[in-house]
Amino acid sequence: MSENEIKTRLREFVAKNFYLPDPKALTDQTSFLDQGIIDSTGVLELVTFVENEYGIAVADDDMVPANFDSIDALAGFVAKKRS
Amino acid sequence: MTFSLDQVKLGDKVDAEISRIVAWLTETVRGTLRRRGAVLGLSGGIDSSVVAALCVRAFGKDGVLGLFMNEGESADDTVRLARVVSDHLGIATATEDISGVLDAAGCYRRRDDAIRTVVPAYLADWKCKLVLPSVLESDRYRIYSIVVQSPAGEQVVARLSPAAYLEIVAATSFKQRTRKMLEYFHADRLVYAVAGTPNLLEYDQGFFVKNGDGAADVKPIAHLYKTQVYELAAALGIPDEIRARPPTTDTYSLPQSQEEFYFSLPYDRMDACLYARAHAVPAAEAAAVLGLAPDQIERVYRDIDAKRAAARYLHAPPITLR
Repeated sequence: MSENEIKTRLREFVAKNFYLPDPKALTDQTSFLDQGIIDSTGVLELVTFVENEYGIAVADDDMVPANFDSIDALAGFVAKKRS
Repeated sequence: MTFSLDQVKLGDKVDAEISRIVAWLTETVRGTLRRRGAVLGLSGGIDSSVVAALCVRAFGKDGVLGLFMNEGESADDTVRLARVVSDHLGIATATEDISGVLDAAGCYRRRDDAIRTVVPAYLADWKCKLVLPSVLESDRYRIYSIVVQSPAGEQVVARLSPAAYLEIVAATSFKQRTRKMLEYFHADRLVYAVAGTPNLLEYDQGFFVKNGDGAADVKPIAHLYKTQVYELAAALGIPDEIRARPPTTDTYSLPQSQEEFYFSLPYDRMDACLYARAHAVPAAEAAAVLGLAPDQIERVYRDIDAKRAAARYLHAPPITLR
């Protein structure tokens, strides 16, 4: 699975589970927290989603904005964990 | 003006603030709401003790009813300390053990079932609490873990699934909502108003249950930092034992400080950070005063903003179409 395919899947998950007034405005770099798209419970949902979807284990120390706060960050994190 | 911890304090304005609140309480409850007095839950904590004392000044000791609403998981000294306050103020009290209501509503069973989805060994005689990682130590998201303890004292810490987390909080909220139901029972029969007891930290940061402890007719200290509530307590003559007690949530069966459950710092420093955030004090300046690093203050500021955003739903009244 390419990083682009991962991004597409992540984008679908975010769009389905969280309110996006304008889905087209969600770029790969948009900060979920800064834009109020996802709160801490939402982050927990993202963690569970990527663990189940990609068979990776997310450690407590992995749960930081650098890994989870945008489509780019998440896709990069998933790719790194899978490699 | 240079930021300092004294800015959070009332100092020599305490007595004037007490007079202002008492006048407002009297006018609002008797005038606007047309109620004859106030009912409130007494937890033995500083906030409910101060609100009770303010209500006595506004309505007289014969116009205030204090409720003791313990349940099986309440801290051992909750009712004793609450009674210290009611005896000191000379107000009428009623005891409502809410364990039966909570049991019938499935509060404990639903919570325990949810805990077992992440800790299968958990049994009904174990104890539990939710904890957050420290905001000071890392950039980690403030995501709750559960701590459970067997009767033998063995502790297990586990990350919660989203479903388990939401179900545990939803089930535990029966406690605050049941207490509020009983406060309104007594308020209705006495034609009293329900006095809520949140301080500014709790009100601003959403540290309450919607339609639970968040519900009330008046909230007389919701504009005061916790530091200021302690100043009022001293001026109102609240007994030393109450003023010396560390703030607790008294919601989960394991002892739990407010810092590990919700706030990122002890209340006096949290007050200072909230003040600094509200007054746009640069993180470096606040850090120097509080003895923390600027990046730690930045993280506290982000946590304050995130909690305030989450609190908007909690504060929202029912929304109607006009």
